[in-house]
Amino acid sequence: MSIASYTQSRKSALSASVWFKYASPQLFFPLAGKLIPVFAVISAVLCIIGAYIGFFVAPTDQQQGDAYRIIFLHVPAAWMSMVIYLAMAFWAGIGLVMNTRLSSMMATALAPTGAMFTVLALWTGALWGKPTWGAWWVWDARLTSELILLFLYIGFMALQASIDDLRRADKAGAVLALVGVINVPVIYFSVQWWNTLHQGSSISLRNAPSMAITMLVGMLVMALGFWAYSIAVALLRVRCIVLERERHSDWIKQYVVSMEK
Amino acid sequence: MLKALHCVIRRDLLLAFRRRADVLTTLFFFVIVATLFPLGVGPDPVLLRAMAPGILWVAALLASMLALGRLFALDYADGTLEQMLLSAEPLSVIVIGKVIAHWLVSGFPLILVAPLLGVQFDLPGRSIMVLVASLLIGTPILSLIGAIGAALTLGVRGGGVLVSLLVLPLYVPVLIFGAGAVGAEMSGLGGDAHLLLLGGLLACALALTPWVTAVALRIALE
Repeated sequence: MSIASYTQSRKSALSASVWFKYASPQLFFPLAGKLIPVFAVISAVLCIIGAYIGFFVAPTDQQQGDAYRIIFLHVPAAWMSMVIYLAMAFWAGIGLVMNTRLSSMMATALAPTGAMFTVLALWTGALWGKPTWGAWWVWDARLTSELILLFLYIGFMALQASIDDLRRADKAGAVLALVGVINVPVIYFSVQWWNTLHQGSSISLRNAPSMAITMLVGMLVMALGFWAYSIAVALLRVRCIVLERERHSDWIKQYVVSMEK
Repeated sequence: MLKALHCVIRRDLLLAFRRRADVLTTLFFFVIVATLFPLGVGPDPVLLRAMAPGILWVAALLASMLALGRLFALDYADGTLEQMLLSAEPLSVIVIGKVIAHWLVSGFPLILVAPLLGVQFDLPGRSIMVLVASLLIGTPILSLIGAIGAALTLGVRGGGVLVSLLVLPLYVPVLIFGAGAVGAEMSGLGGDAHLLLLGGLLACALALTPWVTAVALRIALE
């Protein structure tokens, strides 16, 4: 056994350097391909369970009746819109600082899903607001900052789409995404900092939740389902981006040939 | 470093004064937009007074944003910007100089005209003073944040509309606190809190945005 392979075999799977090889699009591509069905199945199962809990198991709310059940879409979508923005900014930042192509491709892949969840959160929020508040939309801090988040996603996608040089597009988008990160804490803490019509936090790390346990469980299951969905879709999209960008490399030509067989 | 700053400001002001038309069009855009709203919503003075802070601030915001095209594009086109990137002076200092000159030429005239427009909307005297103060603190923030957008979109097709899409979400806090200051003054609460928050935003922007703009310029010109 050579020294190099001996050293390699001494590294446990916990060592980060073992995983760094997946920063190469060529090695990440098949890994992503294997992971997509796994996360898609997890997402489908969790979403079905969460929807079942949400519509059949969770009790009717004392004040809001059955209209509250949109919480099982609204809150997970809003959580995902913020989490995906943070993930997008993270990968864009890694791509900017460490000059890795794949990180920037991942950020580009995450953006449309994040924008979709933001639209879903705003839309379901409006559908919830009409029966409970009497208004489709109010200009309070949380709704306004979530709307700003949608504009930030759209701005990111527009900027990357309008720059022809792909590496420049990656870096410019990264700067924009990182500047916009400040908005996510604003959304999260807006219900504490301002008098808003929007409900405050019912879930805290320190106190018991102020909502029924079945509702909480249903919401968390849906949130995990949405998270698995986001991962599956982002991996699928990043594979498409890799195919587009690296299409001149040999490994893709071989991959296409093997697919055609 | 201060000498470089002074040089950059002097050069930009000189260039702007040679093309006074560009500068004046920004100012007249502000005046025209602010005049369009009363024509659109009707002459009811109570309504106009209530809407004035928002309208004047949005008009100032749009005028400031339209002027961003002049910040880096002309220097980028003739190669001066590349020389600025190569200079021994810190790029952040050069950026601050350009932003100061840009504000003096596009933001400051708005502040001078604002009292006139305030009268057009029948704003009380104290509110006009708060409006001027909020614009005085707020328009530099608009120029600083706008510089990031201008640097990111250098030479990119899509032009001014793309800059608007990028920069307007970042302008929103300035708009909220700026217009909010005048609104608070009119409702009797006093605009102090909002003006202080605006001051905080200005301090933050002054400290951070030149560096971000410098990074964006290097990305755009590599």
